[in-house]
Amino acid sequence: MSETSSGVSGRPDLKRFATWDTAIIVLTVLVLVVASVVVDNFGTSRNFTFMVLDLMPILLIALPMTFIIVTGEIDLSVASTLGLTSSLMGWFWNHNLSIEMIIPLCILIGAVAGVLNGFLITGLGLPSLAVTIGTLALYRGLALVVLGDSAVADFPFNYTGWVTGTLGDGSIPNVLIPIIALAVVFGIVLHATPIGRSLYAIGANAQAAHFSGIRVARTKFWLYVVSGAVCGLVGVLWTLRYSSARADNGAGLELAVVAAVLLGGVSIFGGKGSLPGVIAGVVLLTALQNALRLEDVSGQALNIVTGALLVLSVLLPNIVTTVRGNWQRRRLRQSAAR
Amino acid sequence: MTPLAIQKPRKPAMNFLKTRELGIVLALAALILYTTISNPRFLSGQSIRDNLLNTAILAVMATGQAVVVITRNIDLSVGSVLGFSAFTVATMMSDHQGLPMIVAIVVGLAVGAVAGLLNGVLVRYGKVPALVVTLGTLYMYRGIVYQWAGGSQVNADELPAHFLNFANDNFLGIPWLVLIALTVVGGATLVMRNYRVGRELYAMGSSPQAAELAGIRVARNLLGTFVLSGALAGLAGVLFAARFGTVDASAGTGYELNVVAAVVVGGVAVFGGSGTVWGAGLGALLLTVISSALAVLEINQFWQQAIVGALIILAICADRLVAVRIARSLRKRDAHV
Repeated sequence: MSETSSGVSGRPDLKRFATWDTAIIVLTVLVLVVASVVVDNFGTSRNFTFMVLDLMPILLIALPMTFIIVTGEIDLSVASTLGLTSSLMGWFWNHNLSIEMIIPLCILIGAVAGVLNGFLITGLGLPSLAVTIGTLALYRGLALVVLGDSAVADFPFNYTGWVTGTLGDGSIPNVLIPIIALAVVFGIVLHATPIGRSLYAIGANAQAAHFSGIRVARTKFWLYVVSGAVCGLVGVLWTLRYSSARADNGAGLELAVVAAVLLGGVSIFGGKGSLPGVIAGVVLLTALQNALRLEDVSGQALNIVTGALLVLSVLLPNIVTTVRGNWQRRRLRQSAAR
Repeated sequence: MTPLAIQKPRKPAMNFLKTRELGIVLALAALILYTTISNPRFLSGQSIRDNLLNTAILAVMATGQAVVVITRNIDLSVGSVLGFSAFTVATMMSDHQGLPMIVAIVVGLAVGAVAGLLNGVLVRYGKVPALVVTLGTLYMYRGIVYQWAGGSQVNADELPAHFLNFANDNFLGIPWLVLIALTVVGGATLVMRNYRVGRELYAMGSSPQAAELAGIRVARNLLGTFVLSGALAGLAGVLFAARFGTVDASAGTGYELNVVAAVVVGGVAVFGGSGTVWGAGLGALLLTVISSALAVLEINQFWQQAIVGALIILAICADRLVAVRIARSLRKRDAHV
């Protein structure tokens, strides 16, 4: 850890803080531009719709995940919550509930799953990593109990069609509306309200935040509830998109979400990161995957890139900090010698 | 209740009664008893053998993971390392039918050790948190295997007979797989309990800064820990290939969850510094016995994962309870001084 000397504090920190976010946004734009020029069919509106549908679950879950990681916690149960709500959606549908009832019910159930996480973590003071690994298994297990290995597929077409459909002239996918709406709300809350500032304060130093009058436990509790509710919503959207409710829907998605959030420049230790960076991270991963698929490169090869980017997203800033620290120390030593 | 800390003459029997592992042993005993009463075949030789064989691979990986978690780190890449090693060894054995088993094991260990070394270097010298590094290498190692294997797979009929028989062969009446698992768990338990390097690892987990200041060679130990975890995941890959015979690029996908579950259920705290390797081994055994007991009791197999999840949560609640009690007894003792 290199602290900048007091005389120049503030600005270099600010610069360092902005570095990775900006870099990832620039890289994302670059990838999008290059891909639309080089890769056939990448820039078509049809492909755009596919891309938006692909990034929808990761992006939506990444929003509350960003909040949670900014406070220094983690939620690995997200994909299992998605699976559980998807399973229940099928079960409710089989039991003749109307879809207008099922959707809010599923979001509510997601929120309840979040309540359990939040209670275990803030009420009992258990480590979030361990708790959400536990509920990862628990919720996925319950999803399996509800639906087994069967699938429910006969959802009404006006709903499934809406999720995969486009607005008006066919260039803007419908799901972009909830995505943008939620992203804007989360962005405003994180970057322009006292709640958002308090999240950074909690992540930087939970004890200090507590003594400054921030209700740390309550805030974290509600973050998990929100995360659960969003996962419930994504469970619904996922089910409608593939028009298939299955217990294993979204399995393993938690890793992709965490990877995208960290890639977007959020520190795993909390207190650092921005939502534009995270959105860029998600878009980057999805666009790369999409472009490689169009070029007939196997999707699995992208895993290598994803993993490497994830490690580099933390490694590179560290190296820059170390080099800059060494350079500064040498300069100080030189000026002292003079 | 006598506070744990001031009990001077340590009687081994008394100590065992207070260990966290006792809870798992009791849970295991209760489960086996209940299952056996409803179906006596559960304790037949074949059933015991199957359970132990199924535990072996998980226990080997849980050993490495336990050591990593004790140092307040985590290794999520083990499932991918298993896949990498399994595919490497299976390909090698199908190309060179004559190679003895020991070569397969050594190659598996080496592949895993290299993967683990990369993890360790990134954690220690890159100053990247273990969670991030191993999440990244989880993707990378798996991606490399897919890139290499494509859609191909190695089938059992391409593998030499002595390699496949290894999973079923016995030595002194005990299957090799079980023997290897016992050796790994036992050896690591002994080193962690009685040897200096083991105690240093606990110290590092309790307080990384203090360990550094106390002159513990943190860098060397940390690298060693990740190499161990990688190598054991590599070994598990060899055992996996021998036991299942069919290996493709997806071998061991998602195993990291089971391994971490075994470790946490086994009483190793995720914040490091406490827990034992044999506890993690017991955790692996418990998880395996649960899944076979469900089959015997004719309970819907789909309950298994939910039960595992509930167990993990129960285990960390128990750890929390123990920690609170110890803190209270320590405070009481300080008040007397």
